[in-house]
Amino acid sequence: MVEIRAEMVANVWKIVVAEGDAVGDGDTLVILESMKMEIPVLAEVAGLLIRLAVAEGDVIQEGDLIAVIE
Amino acid sequence: MLPGVPESVLIANRGEIARRIARTARRLGIRVIAVYSEADAELPFVAEADQAVLIGPAPPSLSYLNAEAILAAAARTGARAIHPGYGFLAENAEFARRVIDAGLTWVGPPPDAIAQMGDKISARNLMAAAGVPVADGSSEPVADAEAAVAVAARIGYPVMIKAAAGGGGIGMSVAEDADRLRTGFETARSRAERFFGSPAILLERFIARARHVEVQILGLADGTVIALGERDCSVQRRHQKVAEETPSPGVGPDLRERMLAAAVTAGQAVGYLGAGTVECLVDTQTGEFVFLEMNTRLQVEHPVTEMVTGIDLVEQQLRIADGADCGSGVRSVSPNGHAVELRVYAEDPVRFLPSPGVITQWREPAGVGVRVDAGYAAGNTVTPHYDPLLAKLIVHGADREQALDRAREALGSFQVTGPKTNLPFHAELLISAEFVSGDYDTSVVNRLRP
Repeated sequence: MVEIRAEMVANVWKIVVAEGDAVGDGDTLVILESMKMEIPVLAEVAGLLIRLAVAEGDVIQEGDLIAVIE
Repeated sequence: MLPGVPESVLIANRGEIARRIARTARRLGIRVIAVYSEADAELPFVAEADQAVLIGPAPPSLSYLNAEAILAAAARTGARAIHPGYGFLAENAEFARRVIDAGLTWVGPPPDAIAQMGDKISARNLMAAAGVPVADGSSEPVADAEAAVAVAARIGYPVMIKAAAGGGGIGMSVAEDADRLRTGFETARSRAERFFGSPAILLERFIARARHVEVQILGLADGTVIALGERDCSVQRRHQKVAEETPSPGVGPDLRERMLAAAVTAGQAVGYLGAGTVECLVDTQTGEFVFLEMNTRLQVEHPVTEMVTGIDLVEQQLRIADGADCGSGVRSVSPNGHAVELRVYAEDPVRFLPSPGVITQWREPAGVGVRVDAGYAAGNTVTPHYDPLLAKLIVHGADREQALDRAREALGSFQVTGPKTNLPFHAELLISAEFVSGDYDTSVVNRLRP
């Protein structure tokens, strides 16, 4: 099980995947926005996305959980 | 208050530029009114203003882009003029019209000039008609990916994909072939729609090895347009400027003369008034230049021009907006020495990713030829809502070598802790062989960060 966490404070701009999706290593899961820049959050492993902890419009802090891949 | 300037000015901006405009306004005896969002309440530009009005929550669309709230703040405080700074509403012709219709002085060019230059396609066409060189490209919006491929076949690869209403490097990308153009076109369209509210796209031939050189112009109250020298802005990451200098080490006397003349022609073509910047690309292979776009506002990097000319561009903006004569000193100015600006961003110095956070320590350098325009102080929080610019370090010297020496020294005593900053990147840049040689182009950062 791999937890994907936020590297910085950011706004969640776009959710690209849904819980239950099969994702590949390097797939974009969500797109964050911080300081007028879009930052894609990528899957670090291939697997099943069992949890998506953020919603579009959320403000997340460094270290916050974004998703869990199994 | 001196004659020839407004009694009061509302600064419709934030951070370092709000503070910088306020500094000149105060010197001229003008009452300063700041507007701010909930996220910025603790920043120095709010505390230093004579009056400050909260205009809304953190997201720009609800605060610094909220024309209604800004005009209401002006009415409530009895502001006589509005200075938009750069970004936000600075190049919004509709906002400029509303300011004027409200009976206020707009510290900027005529709204029609903003509109004509704001659309990059109309600006290109206008410049070409005035005899200013432009890159091969589209003279009307490109409808879809297949139309883009057809345009690219005519002008040749690689091509630059741009948002017609764009700016600040956002939504720009380079395509080397038809496949990449198709995917790049769709991305550019959605970004253009999102960031600029218009999906219109244009294509231009991409110049592989180019310097980004721009000319500062001033449209005077009597209708004449003058050029105040060039700035080299080739040090860029993600098509956004990181460091600038004047004069450009890549521009000789002959090219300079032609570029300055073209910039004056560009300003005259739109009846320009106030401070503006004509951006060009210089092809380092051929030594020729093409018009890129015109920024109808004060530029982030305007201080380097101020350092070599001794002209306060904000003062000139305020005087021209009030219809006052600038004096003969401005018309006959000749630049002196060399100036460099380093933009201090809240971002990691390796990948240049944003790094908001609380500033625990802030120490600015000082010394001969050193100027710091900062938007933050110790204890402030850098939020993710706005661009990452924390401060600008501007350094002047008798020549380039002295300016770079002083910049290295000043940089060494610039201390920011809390958010990561690109200060270590600047230290590397200032000792890199390519930058020091002066013979660099817009890919210099990519070569330092392969």
